[in-house]
Amino acid sequence: MTPAVHHRLSLVSRIIAGAGGGYLLTSLIAMLMFLLLRAGGVARDAALLAPALASFLIYAAIVMAVFHARSAARAWLWIAGASLPVALLLLVLNGGIGG
Amino acid sequence: MKETFRQSMAWLHTWTGLVVGWVLYLVFMTGTAGYFDEEITRWMQPEAPLAVASAPVPAAEAIARAQAILSARAPDAERWSIDPPWDRTEREWHLSWPKPGAEQAGRRGGGRERVTMDPATGDEITRKIEPRETDGGVGLYRLHYKLHYMPEHSAILIVGLCTMLMLLAILSGVVTHKKIFKDFFTFRPGKGQRSWLDMHNVISVTALPFFLMITYSGLVFFMYAYIPATMTLAYGVDKTWDNDGYGNPLNPRVNNRFDGDGAPRGGRFRRDDAVPASGIPAPLTDLPRLAREVERQWGAGKIGGISIDRPGDANARITFSLMESGLARNTRITRVFDGVTGADISSAPFRQGATWKAQNAMTALHEGLFAGRLLRWLYFLSGLLGCAMIATGLILWTVKRRHKQHRDGDAFSFRLVETLNIGTIAGLPLGIAAYFWANRLLPVAMETRAAWEYHSLFLAMGATLLWAAIRRPAGKAWEEALAAAALAFILLPVLNAITTNRHLGVTIPAGDWVLAGFDLTMLALGAVMAIAAAKVRRKWAAPSGRALRVHGKSFA
Repeated sequence: MTPAVHHRLSLVSRIIAGAGGGYLLTSLIAMLMFLLLRAGGVARDAALLAPALASFLIYAAIVMAVFHARSAARAWLWIAGASLPVALLLLVLNGGIGG
Repeated sequence: MKETFRQSMAWLHTWTGLVVGWVLYLVFMTGTAGYFDEEITRWMQPEAPLAVASAPVPAAEAIARAQAILSARAPDAERWSIDPPWDRTEREWHLSWPKPGAEQAGRRGGGRERVTMDPATGDEITRKIEPRETDGGVGLYRLHYKLHYMPEHSAILIVGLCTMLMLLAILSGVVTHKKIFKDFFTFRPGKGQRSWLDMHNVISVTALPFFLMITYSGLVFFMYAYIPATMTLAYGVDKTWDNDGYGNPLNPRVNNRFDGDGAPRGGRFRRDDAVPASGIPAPLTDLPRLAREVERQWGAGKIGGISIDRPGDANARITFSLMESGLARNTRITRVFDGVTGADISSAPFRQGATWKAQNAMTALHEGLFAGRLLRWLYFLSGLLGCAMIATGLILWTVKRRHKQHRDGDAFSFRLVETLNIGTIAGLPLGIAAYFWANRLLPVAMETRAAWEYHSLFLAMGATLLWAAIRRPAGKAWEEALAAAALAFILLPVLNAITTNRHLGVTIPAGDWVLAGFDLTMLALGAVMAIAAAKVRRKWAAPSGRALRVHGKSFA
């Protein structure tokens, strides 16, 4: 693989990590925020609005982090590493509370 | 990916800005026109009468006149509705009542008698004007989130994605700067790439709060369509509404009633029809007195509508609604009075939580519906600055690479960007001018004229794109496209004078500043385009334009 091809593949990988992986992570964080707010006794409309409003900034921050990561592989690791605990926590909380 | 944070953010800024720049330019420009949607519509319907400058009529007086008309025309109606003008460009009041039996038949809206009233004299305005068919300024405004030639939902998602990238471009653009404050005071004209960069910086920093506000609040309108995960978690996948941002019950436009736990109560505001007519006649209480009392609480001009149920019956009831503008939008605040005794029987207002208010405030800020004349112009100018920010950013991309592309030979992507730049930056204004030209030139009785006004816009823009693709050198394409747009705008008042009697020679003496303001704005926009065309001409006429010689530090 020439360096140019490698550079392009790494760029595509990074774009997928930022756009797709970042969106997934944002959704997971938003859902976790909702469940935590509900568990804290916040009314349902407020518990839905706050994560939705925050999600745009969270998504932007994730994409910026992905494009600043030293390599595409590290970016993927960051996304996966952050998604996993959030997803696990979600599963635990959702079993206990529900909408 | 680049060594420093600033460098990687500069990369992100360049590329997020580039891929959505052209769509965003359309969103910004048509959205900017939308701040004057009613004014544009008035110009596009020259059949409507000239506005007469007159002092506002106190609501209580107008209501007394309306009552006189209604008691004469519809003494036995189930309900009278009295509505002050809601549009900025209108002054007539509208009275209406259901035709007998129409409401039982469930025909809402259709089975009504309507009267238009001059609030100053109480005369019925019988003059029936059939204005030409047009989507007017609202049509331009709709383009900025519904686009055209595609389903509304797809358009909302496309515009949402572009808006998200815009937010990214703004945030990464801000952190790209080493010294944002110093950059604001730096402008080096006549230095090619440097000047474009300085101009892009100055414009972006000047209206940065506006850009952040408009981008972020723009995302709020349909946010649950963009990030449906939480809604699905809260209501399950088989929820009964569309996830399009409008159909869901948390939208302030759709629902403003929540129970104590913040669950939507569902359903739009419903009139309380629990009390039937008694059959016992009784005179209506003093309506103007109630109006004065309500205005003391809400402020003058804040009554948005009055409905009188069962007028003349012992169980009559009078409902005043607050004018829904600005932060009062969607609040559906009312005061209810007994129609005979005049006693205040308003029920406690229902819950409008902080969430509802936050969401409503953000969308109100985006739409600027509360804005008076000065603030509306400020919105308009800020919107134009947004167009300039996007345009200078897109041009900067090509200016930076003009000398490089000869060397690296990636001519295709360079030509593509340059063509799209000319086709949108100069082509869209030309298209909007064509939208106005079509309004005057298409036959008034033409059946599909509203549709053809849109077609004209996109045909003119498409023609510019095509011209930009084949015309060499690109400087000539720029110059000619800008000159065409300049001519189209400057000649618009002339065309208006030839085809209608609503031209500057009439509108200025009459003091109709909405219509005159439209023509004058067209002249100003045309002048800006003409200056741009002249500048391009001078630049490209120089044998080795400065743009080609100056090698600024390129970090992208």
